[in-house]
Amino acid sequence: MKVEAKILIGLGVFFGLMCLVYWNWSLENAGGVMMFAAMLLCFLPGGYYYWWSRRMKMRPEDDPNATQASGAGVVGAFPGTSIWPFTLGMGAFFVVLALVFGIWFMVPGIGLVAWAMLGGTAEGRRGGKV
Amino acid sequence: MTDVLVPPVHVEDHGHEEHHGPTGILKWITTTDHKIIGLSYTVTAVIMLVIGGMFAEIIRAQLATPNGTLVSLAQYNELFTMHGSVMIYLFAGPFAFGALANIIVPIQIGAPDMAFPRLNALSYWLYLTGAITMLSGFFVSGGAANFGWVAYAPLSNSLNTPGSGADLWIGGLLLTGFSAIFTGVNLCATIFYLRAPGMTMFRMPIFTWNMLVTSILILLAFPVLTAGLIMLYADRHFGTHIFSVAGGGVPVLWQHLFWFWGHPEVYILALPFFGMVTEIIAVFSRKPVFGYKGMVFATLSIAALSLGVWAHHMFTTGVVLLPFFSIMSLLIAVPTGIKIFNWIGTMWRGEVWFSTAMLMALGFLVTFLIGGLTGIYLASPPLDFFTHDTYFVVAHFHSVVMALVLAGMAGLYYWGPKITGYLLNERIGKAQFWFLFIGSQVFTFPLYILGLDGMARRMAVYPHQPQWKMLNDLSTLGAVLIGISTVLFVINVVVSWKKYPAGDNPWDGHTLEWFTTSPPPHHNFYRLPQIRSERPTWDHNHPGHPALGHGQHEVHENEVPAS
Repeated sequence: MKVEAKILIGLGVFFGLMCLVYWNWSLENAGGVMMFAAMLLCFLPGGYYYWWSRRMKMRPEDDPNATQASGAGVVGAFPGTSIWPFTLGMGAFFVVLALVFGIWFMVPGIGLVAWAMLGGTAEGRRGGKV
Repeated sequence: MTDVLVPPVHVEDHGHEEHHGPTGILKWITTTDHKIIGLSYTVTAVIMLVIGGMFAEIIRAQLATPNGTLVSLAQYNELFTMHGSVMIYLFAGPFAFGALANIIVPIQIGAPDMAFPRLNALSYWLYLTGAITMLSGFFVSGGAANFGWVAYAPLSNSLNTPGSGADLWIGGLLLTGFSAIFTGVNLCATIFYLRAPGMTMFRMPIFTWNMLVTSILILLAFPVLTAGLIMLYADRHFGTHIFSVAGGGVPVLWQHLFWFWGHPEVYILALPFFGMVTEIIAVFSRKPVFGYKGMVFATLSIAALSLGVWAHHMFTTGVVLLPFFSIMSLLIAVPTGIKIFNWIGTMWRGEVWFSTAMLMALGFLVTFLIGGLTGIYLASPPLDFFTHDTYFVVAHFHSVVMALVLAGMAGLYYWGPKITGYLLNERIGKAQFWFLFIGSQVFTFPLYILGLDGMARRMAVYPHQPQWKMLNDLSTLGAVLIGISTVLFVINVVVSWKKYPAGDNPWDGHTLEWFTTSPPPHHNFYRLPQIRSERPTWDHNHPGHPALGHGQHEVHENEVPAS
């Protein structure tokens, strides 16, 4: 976890320095804001990882001497199949088509998005299909 | 839900999965398995490559004569716009981080799947519908988008580019942009949280490292493009004037937003292919990667610098800080040079096996070097002023992307057997390589000369000068050779279909994907080896060659130790 934190914070520091130099030198706002935002976007997860890396014991994937047995246990829950990503994707498709061909496409678009969000949430709660 | 245990059940029998689920088209629609999603990405991206390639062939046929009449001027504008859009947005990126990364990264780190399988499936559906949306512009009145793949304002506003083709382009790009962002989130989470025990960050294969850095770049750059597209749409339909001078807006702001995404995008496209080539060169040289940590830090440096070079595409606007962007652009050559040095170092004194994958990787190396070096010229403002919007820029960029096509083909020949369980025909593959490699050079070299001679890009007709005609003919010949190479690839897939069983590890590979079956079972592994270096499969298969720390290597009998 420490390496992950160092990468993100290191990138954030670099973007921050670059932002300082660029903004002061060019006085151009768009690029300065974008680099500042890039810095924040690195510090946010980087700070989170750093905070956790100081409070949790070393994970098997961070331990160079870990055996496969040391990572035994449940690593995650992975749905075998699900119709909801397809439904959500089609909903988003219709929403975008509404931007081009008319607002009426929003009806099936928003409907499918809402249905997929409800269905996906319910699937996650009850376990879904395997 | 399936709870996955580590270590997975030890099964000596290499029989495939016992996973029961839907079959046929329902399986494709409902799957959350990263391998099937990756395969869907692969097939869709290769179809996009063929479509974009066909547009390119028509463009080159039009330019074979000075006053070509194959297509109208308006159709030509649509063709070069959609050629660039299809190749950049719908082929190169999705092929790298949607197709191969999706299939390979979880297996390389010993994970059972991507961290968010349903989000992964959603990413594919957004990509597919984005592609359909963008291409459907050809079927509406007014035709497809015709403002170039960069959609510069004010050319892209509703006054200069009316019609729904442009809106479909914006909508398609929004969908594929979200697809890329979700894939970036998924890859970061997978690499940070689902590595196998012992797979420390500095034992990850270089391809996985490159995909991690690519994902971080995606998360930094793509939201800017998405925001820019929403602003562009608002300008076109909601009466805002963000990019129009008339209402107090700033047209060049679009260029800032676009290229703040666009230049990192070049590395979002390139880094995955750098990773593929690194794996291939090491495996086919029978050596570990030379300068592993140097490669990792070079990749991180490229990513960091790539966010500070966007305005080298805007030198001629006259409103950007030339020294800053020139220096930053030139600096990128340093980590890129380190990579090229390390690739050569990996081959040095290795037992090089010139398989099709290795030939493609070497072709990448040469072609990318040409594209990279001409990029250094363009980082210099005086040279850029001279060559901007000429065919020199087109040639530079196409040297880079043809290098990536070579690397992508290397990836297909290298990992194809792992994905399908069957090898491709090597003889046809080598013929394909020579057509592709020679075709790439014959296609791009005349364009460099044409650019230096002043021929502007995006022209459907050009002045009748004998030299220009000859150079354009040569370039068209190169495009035909590249087209033949694509046909050879399709023939190879058909001829080799389920003909040459690959086995689990046909190349004596180094990394974890070569430890599992071909194709891998559901959730990827029946068992995992102990991971003590960045080459766990090699270590397992060659117990006589102990894993050594970074910077150390075995001394062979015939090797004279340094005194």
